[in-house]
Amino acid sequence: MQEITRNALVEKASALLADGTVGRVLAWKRGEFDYDVTPAVFQTAEELARDLVWNDFCGANFSKYLIKETEKSDEKVLVFLKPCDTYSFNQLLTEHRFNREKVYVIGVPCAGMLDVEKVKKSAEGIASITEDSDKIVIETLFDGALTLDRASLLAERCINCKSKKHTAYDELLGEDGEVLDSARFDEVAAIEAMTPDERFAFWQNELSRCIRCNACRNVCPACTCEKCVFDNPASGLENKAASDSFEEKMFHIIRAFHVVGRCTDCGECSRVCPQQIPLHLLNRKFIKDIDNFYGEYQAGAEVGSRAPIVDYTTEDLEPNEAVERGDDNA
Amino acid sequence: MQRIGVFVCHCGTNIAGTVDVKAVAEALQYEPGVVISKEYQYMCSQAGQDLIKEAIKENNLTGIVVCSCSPRMHEATFRKTAAAAGLNPYMVEIANIREQCSWVHKDIPTGTEKAIILGKAAVAKVNLNAPLTPGESPVTKRALVIGGGIAGIQTALDIADAGFPVDIVETKPTIGGKMAQLDKTFPTLDCAACILTPKMVDVAQNDKVRIFSYSEVTDVSGFVGNFEVTIKRRARYVKEDICTGCGLCTEKCPQKKVPNEFNLGMDNRRAIYIPFAQAVPKVATIDPDYCTMLKSGKCGVCSKVCTVGAIDYQAKDEYLTEKYGAIVVATGFNPISMEKFDEFAYSQSKDVITSLELERLMNAAGPTGGTLLRPSDGEHPHTIVFVQCVGSRCASCAEKGKEYCSKICCMYTAKHAMLIRDKYPDTDVYVFYIDVRTPGKNFDEFYRRAVEEYGVHYIKGMVGKVSPEGNKLKVRASDLIDGKQLHIDADLVVLAAAIEPDKSARPLATMLTASMDTNDFFTEAHPKLRPVESPTAGVFLSGACQGPKDIPETVSQAGAAASKVIGLLCKDKLTGNPCVAHSDEWMCNGCSTCEKVCPYGAITYQDKEFRMPDRTVKVRRVASVNEAVCQGCGACTVACMSGAMNLKGFTNQQIMAEVDAICK
Repeated sequence: MQEITRNALVEKASALLADGTVGRVLAWKRGEFDYDVTPAVFQTAEELARDLVWNDFCGANFSKYLIKETEKSDEKVLVFLKPCDTYSFNQLLTEHRFNREKVYVIGVPCAGMLDVEKVKKSAEGIASITEDSDKIVIETLFDGALTLDRASLLAERCINCKSKKHTAYDELLGEDGEVLDSARFDEVAAIEAMTPDERFAFWQNELSRCIRCNACRNVCPACTCEKCVFDNPASGLENKAASDSFEEKMFHIIRAFHVVGRCTDCGECSRVCPQQIPLHLLNRKFIKDIDNFYGEYQAGAEVGSRAPIVDYTTEDLEPNEAVERGDDNA
Repeated sequence: MQRIGVFVCHCGTNIAGTVDVKAVAEALQYEPGVVISKEYQYMCSQAGQDLIKEAIKENNLTGIVVCSCSPRMHEATFRKTAAAAGLNPYMVEIANIREQCSWVHKDIPTGTEKAIILGKAAVAKVNLNAPLTPGESPVTKRALVIGGGIAGIQTALDIADAGFPVDIVETKPTIGGKMAQLDKTFPTLDCAACILTPKMVDVAQNDKVRIFSYSEVTDVSGFVGNFEVTIKRRARYVKEDICTGCGLCTEKCPQKKVPNEFNLGMDNRRAIYIPFAQAVPKVATIDPDYCTMLKSGKCGVCSKVCTVGAIDYQAKDEYLTEKYGAIVVATGFNPISMEKFDEFAYSQSKDVITSLELERLMNAAGPTGGTLLRPSDGEHPHTIVFVQCVGSRCASCAEKGKEYCSKICCMYTAKHAMLIRDKYPDTDVYVFYIDVRTPGKNFDEFYRRAVEEYGVHYIKGMVGKVSPEGNKLKVRASDLIDGKQLHIDADLVVLAAAIEPDKSARPLATMLTASMDTNDFFTEAHPKLRPVESPTAGVFLSGACQGPKDIPETVSQAGAAASKVIGLLCKDKLTGNPCVAHSDEWMCNGCSTCEKVCPYGAITYQDKEFRMPDRTVKVRRVASVNEAVCQGCGACTVACMSGAMNLKGFTNQQIMAEVDAICK
């Protein structure tokens, strides 16, 4: 259960709308079911009071929405950002993707968000979901009410939360947390430890489920190109004969390369994947390698930082040293 | 659709020996866009070029592919040929079927197959080529020489002699560099000061040359022909234009205990000083680290004794910005620190000295007035041991020394040994060496004289340890030829320390975007054919900043660098390279990644108004490339996520087309 109540968000947003500080509010709204909370733009106190939702399903990261929303009018946009969302926010500012002056950021502490798939798997015929401190109560159509441990339903990115600290905000609700010492690279290390054949099989198993719906790209706060190379006929990537039956991998590998040094590890790609492909692992591998080769670097920790990948210092290691320092499979 | 002509060269048998050139010409005539395909014995000959010109005119060709040697060899030739026939020179592509094909393959079928593939790739590229026009930029007719040693002085004099203004920036209070510290010079033994100081005077009196001594370069922007350089003029607390160099202040200054760096700390100078009698500019400088007036505000003796009122304790560092067309780097060298070579007891005994210290000990203007005396007790040394290659050719001890040969040590050691034996016939002089390397005009004769006429004991082998015992230095060494251990009780040990580039070179290289090797020597544009140019256009190299050099070599390189500068400054306009980066503003995200990776600072961002499809006007932040600064390296094109950045003449599409043609 989240520390700040929904009403606190509604009150704050309504007040800022009323005094003219902001013209619009980016927040969460209930979808068709309790668990499919979706992003929404609110323009009146009535809408806020009726529809705004703040619960364990508010996983969506609004940073990327600001590019379009800030262009729509001269008024400021109010955005609620969880700690991990602020990293994407800063990274987008580093890349000059929107005007900071047009945004009013309210930081909200986050107790971790639930994995919708885990919730759906744990109960059939979900009618409604209520939160009760560390328990989740699921009302089902067939089996009555189920009470589950909240911890068992947390999303992977929240189990391995990298930071409870807001790196950007105009105003903070509640207390700010700290950068955490997470075990988020353990799974990457496990994949690195596989033989090349095992690893290929692992990724083939995962990536061949891809249906190229582009959800990962569309949600990714690092994927903000005016025209994506995959949509651009001039890039020469279209209409090529498939070189093998496992072409889906190329989309994901190219995408991982394009966000290298810019990915904040917000985990949105894996959250929105309808095929539950652990796409964040590709990006984490890059982050792990950058940390290993060039010293620890967290994209979005501050505005204007230079990713080691587009920076050069005389201390940078030479390619042969990189091979020596990486594991055999690097 | 292009109308492409293909011209396959035999290059005598160079290509035709391993490639069936007729088959290549035949195969390529069916490629898309190709209207004519011919082969000829020597395409680069007059007849071959005429053949191309005629074909262009007869067939109204819009692009040509020449299958021949490396583009480095004849691309310029064929571009001129095409231009003469009215074709844009950038519509020419070279398929390298010699260096990358006929020369590396042994049998005709493989060679032919590969030549056809390379030709197809070139045809695929020409199909996407567009005519390019190089831009022009003006040339600032002034040169900057960084470093005022013999290299910088000679370069400046030669440039000034051709009528162009030159500025010299020197970090020390005086120009002259290392040569001013030397006693005699090999192989003719004329005194260094006698040949250097007239040049220093020449440069000082030349109205085309300005000397910024006690100054350093702090920022460089711009590009060939149009550099803008910020020079920091350090406060010397003495007004340069007023000081007469009378030296009265340097005699009266009460702060007498300042190590004299000109004599390598072997004697003391005052806090206000003129480095040496022939210094240029001959003006005093106050050392702020030792001046009591500057440190505590109590003293002011120099100000009182100065008859012209040149002292200014309030002076501040000043920055001036100047424009230059060309920059010459002449930052020179230093001997490496001997601290890590403890086996030679350099830090334990004053009587273990470096060769440069010996130069000062033998110099009439040095701490001993030119009499060779032991630094420890001022006694006359009888047994002198020279150790060669201290830190040079040190492959196994890279953390201590240098892998390279410092080149000058064999000769100066022979010189030192000879001079000592000449002046003090009662001495025994030993030289321990790995090899004696004397490949220069009259160099080997010089070394033979040291051995045969002056009786210097040359011993092949290295010194293992020097240990001070009493007033002697116990030298333990091996004689590799006789195969025995030697123990010598020496009075003086002289170490031929390796030389390394000056420490200022590395930050300077960053400012100039000039490349360096792993030893911090500046890299030349081509080791044989462009030895005095750096790969960065408009930056030239003079003297030991490019590699170890003796004085004759330095002076000849200085002259060569000057001639390159003169050649550049003679031009009124420079033609750029049209193969530069170009940003597709509609696709540009404004993310600044390209700006970050650009090594030349050629990319800037600007907010531009765009008319959107819905007729609104939107202000977007987009990249723009300064075509005069861009060197066409392509770093931005690979860093750009959206592919908005493209290199003209080498677009992503052209490269992909080539790859596709090869893979087909």
